[in-house]
Amino acid sequence: MTDTMTQPIEVSAPPRAPRRSPLRAYLPLVGIAVLAVFLLVIAPAALSSFRLNNLGKYCCYAIAAVGIGLAWGRGGMLVLGQGLFFGIGAYAMGMHLKLEAAGPDAVPDFMMNFGSGVLPAWWEPFRSGPFTILAIVVIPAVVAGVLGLAVFKRRIKGAYFAILSQALTVAFAALLVSQIKYTGGQTGLNSLSTFFGYNLYDPVNKQMIYFIAAGLLVVMLLVTFQLYRSRFGELLVATRDAEERVRFLGYDPANIKVVAFVIAAVMASIGGAMFVPMAGLINPREVSALASIMLIAGVALGGRASLLGPAIGALAVGYGRTSLSESFPDQWTYFLGGLFIVVILFIPNGLTSVIPKAWRALASTQRTRTKVGEAA
Amino acid sequence: MTTELDHLEVKGLGVSFDGFKAVDGVDLTLRQGRLHFLIGPNGAGKTTLVDALTGLVKGTGHAQYRGRDLLSLKSHQVVRAGVGRTFQTATVFEELSVLQNLDIAGGVHRTAWSMVLARRKVPSYVEEALETIGLSDLRHRPAGVLAHGQKQWLEIGMLLVQDAKVMFLDETVAGMSAEEREETGELLRRIGPDRTIVVIEHDMDFVRTFADIVTVMHAGKVLTEGTVAEIQANHQVQEIYLGRSAEGAAHA
Repeated sequence: MTDTMTQPIEVSAPPRAPRRSPLRAYLPLVGIAVLAVFLLVIAPAALSSFRLNNLGKYCCYAIAAVGIGLAWGRGGMLVLGQGLFFGIGAYAMGMHLKLEAAGPDAVPDFMMNFGSGVLPAWWEPFRSGPFTILAIVVIPAVVAGVLGLAVFKRRIKGAYFAILSQALTVAFAALLVSQIKYTGGQTGLNSLSTFFGYNLYDPVNKQMIYFIAAGLLVVMLLVTFQLYRSRFGELLVATRDAEERVRFLGYDPANIKVVAFVIAAVMASIGGAMFVPMAGLINPREVSALASIMLIAGVALGGRASLLGPAIGALAVGYGRTSLSESFPDQWTYFLGGLFIVVILFIPNGLTSVIPKAWRALASTQRTRTKVGEAA
Repeated sequence: MTTELDHLEVKGLGVSFDGFKAVDGVDLTLRQGRLHFLIGPNGAGKTTLVDALTGLVKGTGHAQYRGRDLLSLKSHQVVRAGVGRTFQTATVFEELSVLQNLDIAGGVHRTAWSMVLARRKVPSYVEEALETIGLSDLRHRPAGVLAHGQKQWLEIGMLLVQDAKVMFLDETVAGMSAEEREETGELLRRIGPDRTIVVIEHDMDFVRTFADIVTVMHAGKVLTEGTVAEIQANHQVQEIYLGRSAEGAAHA
């Protein structure tokens, strides 16, 4: 009797927010797996050698796009000039393949025509395959690191950063055109015949190169998946949303941004490097401001802040560009521009944001339906 | 620094904006274990003083803490040196959960390379802070849905996680209910003994209840410093801060 009186009243526990199931965090891996199956199993079986080679090129854009998603979508840096880093990787690879095509101790053809016929000293190390691969990773990292520190430490951001990155790309493309003795000028580096000793015209080798590019895209997505779920990923988003607040957590936001910018640059460079053996050439047009904007367009189309959005968007833009330019050689840019406007206006978070939204809408109608069912 | 209490020594601190002296020759000794309140009318330079000590605006003079001059450090270095602050409006990361907000503040406990790993379990220092600020049950809530008072406690929790030994709290209880104020005061008393806590405040009831020592600022200068009773008895303070009449001061 007394016991029941003195016993404290049971207080129900405060309602907790529904905990995200731990499995949900791994959902993006399913998306990556689906994309991997499509790229590595279905596409090679279904597509002709020519189409597969094209898809490989789109994969290279997608590799650069994944980096843009990291820097822009998660880091808030509008990297309008990733063509610079795409170009660094592409020209490093192009130089190696050009020297390979020329043969040992020989000089690339354009140097005979426009230059002195003597290989410049800074071309020499690109005869080495390992050096070239190292350069494809290290040069963009150093350039982006120095540039990033200079820019972000001075707290330059927003439109100023975007304009700066775009201007650098324009300058880089102009430099490539003007230095014809060293870069092949407007025509760039062409007549490439081999890729680390493998003949570029052999369909088996072509397929192998496609697998490397598609495989690299999957690897980049996995790397980005880990970055997004890491503490760095959380901090990067926090920096994007409240840079000044992050300072008072004891971090220099500039350093966080530089890291993301460097990773994005290296990814763009790797994409550029793999682009060359599939295109069989590299020229300043592929590096230009327009090329950079196409990359950004793909990322915006797919959904910049999502993991898979940038890659899917870039693949779609690449595909759309090819197929539209086949049927409408003069008007395809209008189609792309129109699509871009529609997406920005109606689905600002990109095409991939539609899927979870539709899923939620479906789930909620289902829930109300069962409720109505219960009531009846 | 073995048995000696931690303290922050401010000498001749000045901040000027285009010739206007917002803070002018301030000397302050902030000692561990006391709840130090900073009061004064609007524009007295309280927040600017804290801004200068935390690297947000440039200040002249000296602010010695553990052998370093805070005025020569950048904001993030000030934090790493063990000095943290909150802002007048709570600035938690609204989309992140309470737990994530606390976790993200734990940078001082981590190496740069460990940043690429995902959070696996709740670190002990986060668990402790959750307990101290009393938000354990709300840990998975997004910070954006918290009540005003809870957001301020979360900010204090973030300071605990980042191991701030000196805490500047800028109008923490402004806009809080009486009950929340009471709880905030209790919280400050709980964490106070190991830390140097400085609270900028307008609410005189709150000051009266919890202040160990009060510094009154006016027009960029320190007017006087003392216990609540001493401050309330000070005629200058009554005139400048609490209104012209002494009676008003007693009721304020």
